[in-house]
Amino acid sequence: MTGEHSSKQYDQELEGIRSQVLLMGGMVETQFEEALECFRIGDIARAERVMAEDQAVNQLEVSLDDACSHLIVKRQPTANDLRTVMATIKVITDLERIGDEATKVARTAKSLHERGTTGFAHYDMIRTIAKATSELLHDSLDAFARLDGKQALQIIAGDEVVDHEFRTILRTMVTYMMEDPRTISSALDTLWVAKAIERIGDHAKNIAEYVIYVVEGRDIRHSKVALDQVTE
Amino acid sequence: MNQAMLNTTPAPAAAKAKTIEIQGLNFYYGKTQSLKNVSLDIHAKQVTAFIGPSGCGKSTLLRTLNRMYDLYPGQRAEGSIMYRGRNILEPGVDVNMLRAKVGMVFQKPTPFPMSIYDNIAFGVRLYENLSKGEMDERVEWALKKAALWEEAKDKLNKSGLSLSGGQQQRLCIARGVAVKPDVLLLDEPTSALDPISTAKIEELISELKQDYTITIVTHNMQQAARCSDYTAYMYLGELVEFGETDQIFMNPARKETQDYITGRFG
Repeated sequence: MTGEHSSKQYDQELEGIRSQVLLMGGMVETQFEEALECFRIGDIARAERVMAEDQAVNQLEVSLDDACSHLIVKRQPTANDLRTVMATIKVITDLERIGDEATKVARTAKSLHERGTTGFAHYDMIRTIAKATSELLHDSLDAFARLDGKQALQIIAGDEVVDHEFRTILRTMVTYMMEDPRTISSALDTLWVAKAIERIGDHAKNIAEYVIYVVEGRDIRHSKVALDQVTE
Repeated sequence: MNQAMLNTTPAPAAAKAKTIEIQGLNFYYGKTQSLKNVSLDIHAKQVTAFIGPSGCGKSTLLRTLNRMYDLYPGQRAEGSIMYRGRNILEPGVDVNMLRAKVGMVFQKPTPFPMSIYDNIAFGVRLYENLSKGEMDERVEWALKKAALWEEAKDKLNKSGLSLSGGQQQRLCIARGVAVKPDVLLLDEPTSALDPISTAKIEELISELKQDYTITIVTHNMQQAARCSDYTAYMYLGELVEFGETDQIFMNPARKETQDYITGRFG
């Protein structure tokens, strides 16, 4: 933020939206961590709680969208304020999708553990991608909170690692399925989870791109700009 | 395919023709300097908006463009304002001809206390000798240009003062247009009008820019964002930032501009 508005109420409205977005971010982060834990240890009651939590996240999406519409009609934001509101509306959508993906992980964890043994160390398969994505998600929320363009660039580069890791898991799971057809159900479940995690990485990357839009006014979506800048 | 896409993009700002080129303009009210080394170009058939807090010099800048300040003793301008190949600040410029080519509309509607018809014919008579038929045509043409014809055609002989505020302001624009100027200077033309009249004037501005170069001073930031192609932000007599309106309102280069347009000023 760059100093206060003449209208204190405007500041309060913007701050209110911002803190609600961060709250929503915290909620989906917890949802994701919990879902991963369910996948690891098979706590079915916990998995059900994660799925139920998604309702609250969805509600926040609706109320935040409404708050943003109200702010636009009341304040007609411009320049960095406008970019902040536009980015916020998009961040909310990504957060809600992250909630959906976390719910998917929890649901898959539930069905996997209800069926019993997997025939391979299913959690080890996703350990690396899960850790990398957790960090990306955490960092993207952090970058959004602090409007840190540099950190945002790192996140965008970090998503490449997650994508690469997903392709590795895919190949491994295909190998398992070919070698022992009894692993097919578990291997597919593990793949769904890996895919959901990979999608969460994409959403974290989107959030990072919006941070750059807010900070610099540059829209770098669907371009290689960020990667080029990080590797330079 | 890329080539075809490129062709549809608008020409860059630099390629547009300039109607007025202002270089190193200083302006003084007696000993007080109210414009400091202002340089900018007014582009042809585009709308340029001047924004900034009260007392920043935006109206002063507008008033130098047709030497309106000449009417007041003790006010003087230095620097150059090139218009049609000539510095209009130089002595020897025919100020009346200049004001016919660079017309002005003020904040409050200022119809003359005479009929609607004569309000428009008055200015034309100063510069041209038209027959009755030609004058009738000119009055109709100007009223149509100012989107007032339909409302005024049946009461051309009624006093200009009998019109509503919004209609009076359009009458003033018709009066300015009637002498066929190049440039129209609008000094907060809608600040005394209701939202519907304001919308009509804004609509008019976008139509008039097909034929005229328009410069507008406004306190209404949204109006500048809606109506103008270029925006100049001024503060304490200095030009802080000048650029395409989209850029100024989406991503201004200067922090001072950003603070002003987002309401973080003062």
